[in-house]
Amino acid sequence: MRPLAWVRQRGAGRMERREERDFFLFSAPWTIGFLIFTLGPMLVSFAMSFMRYDVLTPPQLIGFENYRIMFSTDPLFWQALKVTFIYTLGSVPLGIVAALLVAILMNQQVKGIYVFRTVYYLPSLITGVPAALLWMWILNPSVGLINYGLSLVGIKGPAWLFSETWVIPALIMMSLWGIGGPMIIYLASLQGVPKHLLEAAEIDGAGTLSRFWHVTIPMISPVIFFNLVMSIIGSFQVFTSAFVMTQGGPANASLFYVLYLYRNAFSYFKMGYASALAWVLFAVIMFFSLLVVKSSPAWVYYEGAVRR
Amino acid sequence: MTGMRLARRARPIGWLARRSVRQFLLRALSLVLITLGGIVLLVPLLWMISTSLKTNAEAFIFPPRWIPRHPLWSNYPLALTTIDYFLYLRNTVFITFGALLGQVLSASLVAFAFARLRSRFRDAMFIVLLATMMLPGQVTLVPVYLMFRAFGWLNTFLPLIVPAYFGGGAFSIFLLRQFFSTLPVELDDAAKIDGCGSFTIYSRIILPLAKPALATVAIFGFFGYWNDFMGPLIYLSKNSLYTLSLGLQFYVSSEGQVQWNLMMAATCVSILPLLVVFFSAQRTFVQGVALTGLKG
Repeated sequence: MRPLAWVRQRGAGRMERREERDFFLFSAPWTIGFLIFTLGPMLVSFAMSFMRYDVLTPPQLIGFENYRIMFSTDPLFWQALKVTFIYTLGSVPLGIVAALLVAILMNQQVKGIYVFRTVYYLPSLITGVPAALLWMWILNPSVGLINYGLSLVGIKGPAWLFSETWVIPALIMMSLWGIGGPMIIYLASLQGVPKHLLEAAEIDGAGTLSRFWHVTIPMISPVIFFNLVMSIIGSFQVFTSAFVMTQGGPANASLFYVLYLYRNAFSYFKMGYASALAWVLFAVIMFFSLLVVKSSPAWVYYEGAVRR
Repeated sequence: MTGMRLARRARPIGWLARRSVRQFLLRALSLVLITLGGIVLLVPLLWMISTSLKTNAEAFIFPPRWIPRHPLWSNYPLALTTIDYFLYLRNTVFITFGALLGQVLSASLVAFAFARLRSRFRDAMFIVLLATMMLPGQVTLVPVYLMFRAFGWLNTFLPLIVPAYFGGGAFSIFLLRQFFSTLPVELDDAAKIDGCGSFTIYSRIILPLAKPALATVAIFGFFGYWNDFMGPLIYLSKNSLYTLSLGLQFYVSSEGQVQWNLMMAATCVSILPLLVVFFSAQRTFVQGVALTGLKG
């Protein structure tokens, strides 16, 4: 009895050790990748944000100079921040509301609804350079599709990408073309709202609107929360459309933050300043994400969670 | 008694009738809205196709003609030759599949570790993994670029492919880990009793059962690598190495006067592979997108 128990115990210990070893072996690609491509570069980038480095001459420690320049003497930093803020403020709420509305309309038992789902999803596949080129042509001030449409109802359309006032609204409009992605996610979550809750509310005399507001919205609020955080992070990192469509113009009216960062790093070779810009971007994104996370107990409902 | 019963029955019927009229109107209204929205979303694509078949002069006629007078199919071969389309396509395909292979292989290995193998460090490491999803790529951009530059990897595909073999991104690991966790753990136990090691469990049990999740990760990866712009822009500066995105972009910026008809034809054909992948994997893809949202 005794020796057997000892063997078993020893065997279990060996199994555990083996499992632990396997864990490290299997997770090694990520662990190594994390060290080489994330943690290491993060530390280097943080250190570089306190240096001047133009690739050709050795880096030079300059303390908080990069940050001081950024906040006090670089108007383009503030311009980039402003442009990115305004874009985020426009595109994120509009995108979330539009995607949710479309998902609600799609969440019906109608014949052929699948065709519509595909149609709405399709544009979100077309991103990057092809989307940018297509929209440059659509937004063409003289013969573009949008201004043609406006002319049909008697409005003379603005110059869009060539107008300091209209370039950001134009890009926000373009971003709405890709609401298919979040729409599918909302649709799935709408289909996960338990029928019995909606029926119970109906029996209690709740109308369509109040059922939607008091049952559906709370039930899908975790998904809204997830999409909100993701789209804030995404919209702070807009690059391709600005790079291809406007090059930040006219008069820096579409100088997105990451475009400005890219220029500092790869056009002006100010690697230290670009790193400092990246850390400020990180701080800004963290700030807004935390803001959403902190606000979440007030409006996100987790099933089974204890209310505090 | 009978009267009361009748009255009671009569009221619901009238109410029902009004309700169903209202419901019918609501449904009709929402169908109209859906159709209008669908048209609005599709019109840009039709516009692209229409422009791609015009002469450049006809493209600038206002008001525009939706159907070109003489559809110019020759725009397509012309567009394909003016931008070295097949060279860029080959580069894009090479990078996409090279990276995709690494992503699926390494993400599934790591996800298996996080879903199935116990370790004291597992939870802490998983939190670190999730935290990296919040980190904007720009923070590591400059040092990673300098590192690849020091390796002498500029103007090679390596910076765009090799990182995929190291975990394939936190998002894919997370997605696969969530899926692996839903598979019954008794399968592993039975295999262990039969003397299987972790790798056999991974390759013979988990992977075959996780095909839908693997397909989802692969399709996401495909779209991500295919559309990537900043990576190729930073690492590739030779025309012979350009991807489709880069090639299209430089065609526009180098030409003073953009030939929009050719441009739209080129855009059309660069989108085409994406649409082919989408339509052939539509079911998996839509389910996969839904999966990501729910698990998130």
